[in-house]
Amino acid sequence: MNGVHDLGGMMGFGPVIPEPDEPVFHAAWERRALALTLACGALGEWSIDTSRHTRESLPPAFYLSSSYYEIWIAALTNLLEWRGMVGAEELAAERALAPAKATRRSPPAASDIPALLARGGPCDRPMTGRPHFAVGDRVRARVINPAGHTRLPRYARGKTGVVERVQGGFVFPDSNAHGRGEAPQWLYCVTFTGRELWGDEADPGLSVSLDCWESYLERA
Amino acid sequence: MHTPDDDHDHDHDHSELSPVALRVRALESILVEKGYVDPQALDAIIDTYQTKVGPRNGAKVVARAWSDPAYLERLRGDATAAIAELGFGGRQGEHMVIVENTPERHNLVVCTLCSCYPWSVLGLPPVWYKSAPYRAKAVIDPRGVLADFGVSLPNSTAIRVWDSTAELRYLVVPMRPDGTEGWDEDRLAALVTRDSMIGAGLPLPAGEAP
Repeated sequence: MNGVHDLGGMMGFGPVIPEPDEPVFHAAWERRALALTLACGALGEWSIDTSRHTRESLPPAFYLSSSYYEIWIAALTNLLEWRGMVGAEELAAERALAPAKATRRSPPAASDIPALLARGGPCDRPMTGRPHFAVGDRVRARVINPAGHTRLPRYARGKTGVVERVQGGFVFPDSNAHGRGEAPQWLYCVTFTGRELWGDEADPGLSVSLDCWESYLERA
Repeated sequence: MHTPDDDHDHDHDHSELSPVALRVRALESILVEKGYVDPQALDAIIDTYQTKVGPRNGAKVVARAWSDPAYLERLRGDATAAIAELGFGGRQGEHMVIVENTPERHNLVVCTLCSCYPWSVLGLPPVWYKSAPYRAKAVIDPRGVLADFGVSLPNSTAIRVWDSTAELRYLVVPMRPDGTEGWDEDRLAALVTRDSMIGAGLPLPAGEAP
């Protein structure tokens, strides 16, 4: 979707402001927001792609004016409501009013956490066919404007670059985010010059690499 | 602005909590009551990212890469496996790639679409990495971003920006500082800042070793 999350190349946000000696968390609730997001994700009711899409589907003004953990907790709440795990009345009452529904996976215990985090969620998948493009090929990022989730940023659409690496087969987020299956595709690292992306005024020394699924690309 | 006192807000009276802190507390109590989450599991997740997984992991990888040419070769070939040799891996580090700074090319990592970041070697991302200014500016004006960090590179140094649009996670291997010949890995690792492994900074010079 052409959402406000797709920030690459936008202007007017001001300078980047690093915080000296920044703590890992700025408040106790941020710790809980992180842990709740990971623990609920482990229940298997949605994929990482669905949770990313839920975040980018938040109202644009909220997205741009919220901290990232605020975005996480708002999206987590939406996911829990969508899956019927928590109801609006429960959120208003701040307590459980209905029994829990069965989840695809059972909640991890504290003793399960090290293995769970060490395993992570690998997204590479075996592929049967051969990759359509090879290293050195000139490719154009297709002009697409899907209403759903996509990982092709607007700034690259219609631009021509060079395949730098064939990364292997990976779960296709545009499908997986919407429960339409993992539908893995070949993934390519494609490098674009700054001038191709931003025009003649661009820094002549700039180049930008993106990882692009095969269906994002056409031969140039 | 948040203050360190916010860290104690779990013990405070209801009225002192911010609206979002109240919402998170309410959500947690509902989820615990319904049995969807185990509070001790939440504590274990927090402890992992507060005390175990952080940028010191990545600094060890970089220090090893600077010290051991065979290790650097393994990082180039399969960074995920080479990083696992040091005991680091897992969530948001499942598919690792290293990118090496040289006098000719500086690398900068961003996620313009969300906040993708190599947790296994750098821990959780800093606020600026997830912020709109960084995500907007990195791909169009990386020298301007570096200036925001007080870093200036010669115009002859090209800049490659890596936009983490998929599940590959990029770790920058900065250039080894001059004057560190013969240093052991622990001494070298102390020079490797978090920002230098994102590309937003440079390692500390040898004379500024902590």
